[in-house]
Amino acid sequence: MTTLGQLALWIALLVSAWGTFVGFYGGLKRRPELIESARRSTYAVAGVIIVASIGLLAAILKHDFNVAYVASYTSRDLPTVYLLSAFYGGQSGSMLFWALVLAIFGALAQLLTSRKYDHLLPFVAGTTQAVLLFFVATTLFAANPFERLPFTPADGQGLNPQLQNPGMVVHPPMLYLGYISITIPFAFAVAALMSRRLDTGWLHAIRKWTIVSWLFLSIGITLGMWWAYVELGWGGYWAWDPVENASFLPWLTMTAFLHSVMIQEKRGMLKKWNMVLISLSFFLSIFGTFITRSGIISSVHSFAQSSVGYYFLAGLAFLVVAMGWLLYTRLPMLESESHLESMVSREASFLFNNLLLVGIAFSVFWGTMFPMISELVRGSQVTVGPPFFNQVNIPLGVGLLALTGIGPLIAWRKASVGNLRRHFALPLISGGIAAAVLTAIGMGHFYAILTISFSVFVVVTILQEFVRGVGARHRLHGENYAQALARLVGRNRRRYGGYIVHLGIVTYFVAFTGQAFTVDREASLVPGESVEIESPFGHTLTFTHLGVSQYDQLNRLVSAATVEVAKDGERIGVIKSEKRQHFTCQAPIDPCPANLRQRSFEPSTEAGIRSDLQEDIYVVFAGSVEGTEEAVYRFTLNPLVWWLWFGGFVLVVGGVVTLWPGTAVRATRQGDTQGGYAAMLVESKSA
Amino acid sequence: MQAKYKFIFGAVLVGGTVGFLMTSGIKETGVYFLTPSELAAKVEADPSFKDVGVKMGARVVHGSIERDVGTQTITFEVTDGAVTYPVVYRGLAPDTFTDDVDVVVEGRLEPDGTFRATSLLAKCGSRYETTPEA
Repeated sequence: MTTLGQLALWIALLVSAWGTFVGFYGGLKRRPELIESARRSTYAVAGVIIVASIGLLAAILKHDFNVAYVASYTSRDLPTVYLLSAFYGGQSGSMLFWALVLAIFGALAQLLTSRKYDHLLPFVAGTTQAVLLFFVATTLFAANPFERLPFTPADGQGLNPQLQNPGMVVHPPMLYLGYISITIPFAFAVAALMSRRLDTGWLHAIRKWTIVSWLFLSIGITLGMWWAYVELGWGGYWAWDPVENASFLPWLTMTAFLHSVMIQEKRGMLKKWNMVLISLSFFLSIFGTFITRSGIISSVHSFAQSSVGYYFLAGLAFLVVAMGWLLYTRLPMLESESHLESMVSREASFLFNNLLLVGIAFSVFWGTMFPMISELVRGSQVTVGPPFFNQVNIPLGVGLLALTGIGPLIAWRKASVGNLRRHFALPLISGGIAAAVLTAIGMGHFYAILTISFSVFVVVTILQEFVRGVGARHRLHGENYAQALARLVGRNRRRYGGYIVHLGIVTYFVAFTGQAFTVDREASLVPGESVEIESPFGHTLTFTHLGVSQYDQLNRLVSAATVEVAKDGERIGVIKSEKRQHFTCQAPIDPCPANLRQRSFEPSTEAGIRSDLQEDIYVVFAGSVEGTEEAVYRFTLNPLVWWLWFGGFVLVVGGVVTLWPGTAVRATRQGDTQGGYAAMLVESKSA
Repeated sequence: MQAKYKFIFGAVLVGGTVGFLMTSGIKETGVYFLTPSELAAKVEADPSFKDVGVKMGARVVHGSIERDVGTQTITFEVTDGAVTYPVVYRGLAPDTFTDDVDVVVEGRLEPDGTFRATSLLAKCGSRYETTPEA
């Protein structure tokens, strides 16, 4: 099967090279037969790479340990689901996975795009095929998963136990899907520039793609937080590690892009800026891959150092130069059609949203690269950690949060006093009350109070929109409230889906404030002994150590420690946390006798977590004292963490509402109503 | 055109804030990342350097780890091949902390030449490629 896979990769290399050529050449010369060939090449290459992927999967599932990749990342006793995830668990497999997804997306872009955009599609095919060519070539020449060993080991080395977690099965593909799908909007941007068709057509064509990739990035990042939280055992979910930052950067620029395209669609402004943003997002997705692959920045997450990084650097440099040149030659065609009329307008609020997002992205980039930069400039490495990122990004984030409430409601062009009063009086008062109440109950943390108050402000603006919209439909069409809500959302999916996404984002912000109130404590306890911790919510938690037990489970030896938890003296349950020692067996005997066990990997930690709406109780069992049942624990109280996962759920719901097919997009170009959507309903009815 | 100038003013304000937050952030929270040899050289050149908090990246000397579970204190030695420092760390060590791994310790050098660490990170051995995050 690996021979077939290898062969398929070589064919993919040739087909994508051909597709790149006919896509661009055929598009420029308008040669229909070449254009058709470019389109077909995307389908062909998808088929061929699917075959290659099946080849690798078959080798993994059949335990063909003669294949170096299979021997390095799997073993006989690895559960099947992790065998499947081993496909993208290592460097070269993940490259093939990337090529697979890109090939499928490239084909879908040809298949699903309306014929209206036929003038763009050859260049889209050319661009996706060019990117694919790069990935297939890198896979073949620098990270080939089909490489064979000179001998066949009896068993493989197994998958790193930290990756043997359900979150790790879905997190990487989600993040990859996000990274990779940015290629499609980028390809359309290239196509618009190449074809000189720079009207809003290309923006309409990529609307759904943009939201899809933003959504996948968001899901991928959130799942990554969840994995880090439950699996790494340090008690938090975000450490501003370079790899985390690398996934956050394109998310930031994509978020900026999502917003600024609305300005271009409505007012014909920001054309150059949008080109820059989508290119930047794509470059950052490649850059993220580069820093994880090259080992240039030390990170707990990095892949082993390899030459793949240099391929990425070269590819990235080529991209930046090519796109920069293309954009430069088309600059005169990207002049703005209108200009900013007032600082109190939607345009201005979106501009500031963009500035803040890009500012955050820049500071994250700078902080991530600072060790390298300082070494180049000053000769010695200076690192910055979470304090730097928090100090810079919390104030900027709060500003962004405020704009989340203002942006969607403030009038286009120039808001009147009436518009401002109508939309913001109630939310501002609510936010003010929240701030007063929080101060009165003694919260005592400036940014937490500020964040929660602004969150209240945003939530009230959104609820007000829903209430007014439903009310308007109820009055005008006589629908009952449930019907009115369903139709309101159904007919304006982009707007109301967007509101729901905003609610999700606000929920994240509220959850983040919980981090200001984390309490933790380490203790060494003998059975029966207990320790008390004061929760920031005012109650007292008592942890009583019950005991330590050891047992076999799948391919690991588990030491589990159990504590009983009481809240203000009342028992609320027990929490078990584990230390796992994975082993491989030197003979195929089940269960494996103790003398044939060989420890593989370092022990891994499975934190015990009890979650409720207020706080998470997070228990880490650090080990027992020299064979006795005395256990060393770290207890952490993490307020509001549950809301982070809930915010992720809300965000996905909002995204799905926005993407739901079948809406006719109304072209309201200069919708400069002062009264918001509800008033627009009334106006359109009376007109 | 008035709005345009106001916006430029606002943009400069936002840009300035970002710049200010970044430079002050680096000044207040930036930490030298040194190898044991570099740390020794810095201290030799300027004895007051001992008071500056630094991060040190080095390898754990084989067999040097001593754990006192009662006080949750770990003592070990790190080296880059040329210079070796004893390290004292109080707290839980990560799972990956063991002989011969690369660690990053953050803390400061005591007058007696011991490195007192407030944080301890261990990198996985190079045998394993870890997280497939891209």
